[in-house]
Amino acid sequence: MTKNNSASALESIGPTAVGNQHAVPYNLPHHLPDEPLVIIEPSQSWPRLDFREVWTYRELLYFLVWRDIKVRYKQTALGVVWVVMQPLLTTLLFTLILGRLVGIASDGIPYALFVYAGMLPWTFFASAVTSSSNSLVGNSHLITKVYFPRVLIPVAAIAARLLDLAVAFAVLIVLMVYYRVAMGPGILMLPVYVALVMLFALALGMLSSALNVKYRDVAVMIPFLFQLWMFASPVVYPSSLVPGKWRWLYELNPMAGIIEGFRSALFGRGFDWPGLATSTIIILVMLVGASFLFRRMQSSFADIV
Amino acid sequence: MKPIIRVEGLSKQYQVGARKAGDTSLSETITGALGAPLRVMRRRFKDPAAETVWALKDVDFEVHSGEVVGVIGRNGAGKSTLLKILSRITEPTTGRAELYGRVGSLLEVGTGFHPELTGRENVFLNGAVMGMRRGEIQRKFDEIVAFAEIDRFLDTPVKRYSSGMYMRLAFAVAAHLDPEILLVDEVLAVGDAAFQAKCLDKMGEVAKGGRTVIYISHNLGSLATLCQRAILLVEGRKCGEGPTVEIINQYISGGREVSGERIWLDPQSAPGNEKIRLHSVRIVSGGEVTAEVDIQNDVRVEIEFWNLRPGARIMTSIHLLDKMRVGVLSSANMHSANLAHDEWFNQPHPEGLYRTVCTIPGNFLNEGRYHINALVLTDVMNIEVFAEEAVTFTVHESGAMRKEFGGHWLGVVRPRLAWQSERLNDAVGPHSLEQAS
Repeated sequence: MTKNNSASALESIGPTAVGNQHAVPYNLPHHLPDEPLVIIEPSQSWPRLDFREVWTYRELLYFLVWRDIKVRYKQTALGVVWVVMQPLLTTLLFTLILGRLVGIASDGIPYALFVYAGMLPWTFFASAVTSSSNSLVGNSHLITKVYFPRVLIPVAAIAARLLDLAVAFAVLIVLMVYYRVAMGPGILMLPVYVALVMLFALALGMLSSALNVKYRDVAVMIPFLFQLWMFASPVVYPSSLVPGKWRWLYELNPMAGIIEGFRSALFGRGFDWPGLATSTIIILVMLVGASFLFRRMQSSFADIV
Repeated sequence: MKPIIRVEGLSKQYQVGARKAGDTSLSETITGALGAPLRVMRRRFKDPAAETVWALKDVDFEVHSGEVVGVIGRNGAGKSTLLKILSRITEPTTGRAELYGRVGSLLEVGTGFHPELTGRENVFLNGAVMGMRRGEIQRKFDEIVAFAEIDRFLDTPVKRYSSGMYMRLAFAVAAHLDPEILLVDEVLAVGDAAFQAKCLDKMGEVAKGGRTVIYISHNLGSLATLCQRAILLVEGRKCGEGPTVEIINQYISGGREVSGERIWLDPQSAPGNEKIRLHSVRIVSGGEVTAEVDIQNDVRVEIEFWNLRPGARIMTSIHLLDKMRVGVLSSANMHSANLAHDEWFNQPHPEGLYRTVCTIPGNFLNEGRYHINALVLTDVMNIEVFAEEAVTFTVHESGAMRKEFGGHWLGVVRPRLAWQSERLNDAVGPHSLEQAS
């Protein structure tokens, strides 16, 4: 203890303090805290959510997102071009087949623009859930070697797809200029829908990534599931085509409300407020359920992954 | 004084033959998901001991701030499980641990390294994964790069690195972590000898810096150099705790895999023929029969045999083989090859039981496993007994030759040889050579 006192006395003098720092190369705890920083115990069966801990690991989240983006673009020759090409080509395909040949109604908006505006949230949603469902298994080398809140992994996988969404959005603006469709004040609602689709992707991402640790079928099943789901959502057709008596069932799919909401925000049409409320409630319930399930399963990730 | 780590009754149970992820089929997924509540119920009623194993059982210990504690044990003794629990990678089944400081764990170097990213990018990624803040990494960046000696390749993807460069960079990041408690698992078992020495130095520096360290290694030598205190784990239980040298000795003498002795009681079926039969072969070291030998101690190979033909002229011989069954040496009790004197060599032996002892000096063999072939011959050339791999023993490093270098010593033997250096001249250049000669 006397040594510490003399060290602090020296520090106030100046140059000598520098020499003293070499003698003590590390920041050592001179006093141990009264309460343990970490208590390791078997977790309860329904552990509580620890948002504070996730917050303290925000820098790791940043690096994980940064890694996902960087690696994805480094390995592809065309890089960001793919992000643009994928929804554009799909849009082109649907425009030729459904717009020209079948002649599906598109609520008075040019069909290509209509489809592209639907592809925007859908592609983000599908790619975010798909990549996050594989994320825990894909990062098993981290999970078995270091501690950090496990939820960062599926969250990072989803967040990394936001860049794709931003790029695709820039293309949308170009398309809107080309088709001379103006944005209205409704665009202010777009962030709400983006937040909703993110939360929904997060709920499904947590659920599928956790289940995929134990049952690898989940990640195999998802792309197939999403193919069907796309046609159960108003991506290539307007939800006004759905017969009235089935509408209530149709709107239990939160993506229906979100995709129509995207179009309303972009093309300045009226919002479906009850639909928005229904989607929000369903998503929040799923999010709470998924995060509890994730918490409950995460203690065994390192043992079974 | 209050400990910085307190572990109480820590236990971890694993399912035996736990289903590995990935071999669950789709139908099982569906029935599994539907039947999950039922299965939990069923498991409650089953005897859990029948299908589970305790990787760690009721382990208690305390570590005080600034201590460097080694954990010793065979593979599967629970060392890694203990470290994984303390690093919070996996949860204990029962028990509790309290940590009064920030924890950094080094269960592997280069965790999170991505082959596509450059050295520079990986330093940041790996640092963040290990729990460093971005500002901290930026501050230590130059130091890390200097330690790794890879500055020319900083912007090359690490997939193009040689394995040596990769390891150096990975260890450099790890070496610059400074949590209050550091958990280390055998990371030194990689890289070339020079780099291992550098790592060991760095570890020693960390240990002397007053950090609290829990260190796991199979390398008893490095444990002896780095740790003042050690804990011995046997099958998940703590079997000893105390000064490292004592615990290492307990480990060497306690956990016998092979007894170090082979005995044949029946002269009719023992190796040999109607002239000579083998009775026993044993290893005696440090005053006892053992298969675990301290590198410093002499190894006595004792061969006992029955002579059944009075008047036979007998010679005894051994082959020493390394773990790959490559011959290290052969020796016999003939006068010209004997440091001592054996009056029975090639003399007529009356009927009876004989013992011949060969002493292999201490500080001669390298660490590792050795096998002994025992041979008994008549008239110097006729092999009557040839007991292949009659005994096997393992030489352990206790730390005596580990003061400076902790890595693997090249070679089958590691004798202590005489070394000396002198300064020939104070000049440098061709003329200095002339003067010197």
